[in-house]
Amino acid sequence: MGEEVKVFRTWSSPFALRVVWALDLKGIKYETIYEDLSNKSPLLLQYNPIHKKVPVLLHNSKPIAESLVILEYIEDTWKHRPLLPQDPHQRANARFWIKFGEDKVFPAVRDSLLKQGKEQEEAHEAALESFKLLEEELKGKKLFGGEEIGMVDIALGWLANLVSVLEEVLVLKFIDEHKFPLLSAWMRLFADIPVIKQSWPPRDKLVTKYIAIREARLATN
Amino acid sequence: MADEVILLDLWSSMFGMRVRVALAEKGIEYEYKEQDLRNKSPLLLEMNPIHKKIPVLIHNGKPICESLIIVQYIDEVWHHKAPLLPSDPYQRAQARFWADYVDKKVYAPGRKIWATKGDEQEEAKKEFIEILKVLEGELGEKPYFGGESFGFVDISFVTFSCWFHVYETFGNFSIEKECPKLMAWVKRCQERESVFKSLPDEKKVLEFVYFLKKIFGIE
Repeated sequence: MGEEVKVFRTWSSPFALRVVWALDLKGIKYETIYEDLSNKSPLLLQYNPIHKKVPVLLHNSKPIAESLVILEYIEDTWKHRPLLPQDPHQRANARFWIKFGEDKVFPAVRDSLLKQGKEQEEAHEAALESFKLLEEELKGKKLFGGEEIGMVDIALGWLANLVSVLEEVLVLKFIDEHKFPLLSAWMRLFADIPVIKQSWPPRDKLVTKYIAIREARLATN
Repeated sequence: MADEVILLDLWSSMFGMRVRVALAEKGIEYEYKEQDLRNKSPLLLEMNPIHKKIPVLIHNGKPICESLIIVQYIDEVWHHKAPLLPSDPYQRAQARFWADYVDKKVYAPGRKIWATKGDEQEEAKKEFIEILKVLEGELGEKPYFGGESFGFVDISFVTFSCWFHVYETFGNFSIEKECPKLMAWVKRCQERESVFKSLPDEKKVLEFVYFLKKIFGIE
């Protein structure tokens, strides 16, 4: 049975990478369509009219948008190599940490990039506070998913390459090896897993991109 | 062996109400414990140490936090009755997408409508109406967001309906006028026992907001 799976992404979107990782971990074949967000394709606008963003997963002509919604869809559709635990309470706990990543970790890191002065300091502080909680959660585990990568690792995986990129761009330390030994070890372990490693966007291009984003944002202030 | 189910909640919270509605839909007996958020109980701090917020569901001693995560948990554990999420993966994804949309979009502008004034309030009102129109578009001609059955998206959004009176009063507009189909959906949902028993009276909510504005010194 031929299943048509397509992923709409950009070369650098950390959200789209989540979808790529989930599909690759489950060994699902798909076609990749790269979007230029300054010139969105009619197909993207048709498949994600509400947010007009990547990633979008197309499965047998049906579109699904929002990376975390897509991850749950992939998990519901292809049940082998599960990314979530079976036990309902553990599943709820996994979803809690995924949401924590979205609501607390990501905005703090993003604002550290986009803000300056006091606002940037506060965002940086908030990021460090959020890392403390992640460090706690990793106690007794190699990965958030335990012995194997799970959905929490995938959802937080952007930390594993973007943190060092942003540390370079901002000349600001986020995850100090001594302050966050477990989180640092997790980042190294995660980044080196073959399925993950093969898909990292080129680092120098990322540095250039985020420098440009910061400069553009500072210029508008 | 009986299940022990406790809900830590605040009567006016549209997020807590989602859990109440889900529990009622499934016919689950539970103990409701009203929380004072200005004087947080040791139980709340123990069960939700990260966010220290309500709602928290405690099932046989184990806590679950975040309203939509709790609703999914309830659906998974008590799966033999009144399914809240569809079984088809694509329909489930659509339900998750729209519940996520409600979660991301509705609260903040709604709050600004009663908590701010002038230009900030006007902008929030415009944004709020736009968001409601998008949701009304998604509802279309269906009786519920889930289609024929009341479900996840309905639960995620209907709890805001007891706050509509607050938004209309402070924003000086009529949601019925702007989104008549949405109001028809609200009325349909309010006929369900799970909804009318779980949502407080809208006048009580309005009184509460007057009180909040006074104690926070918001004019």
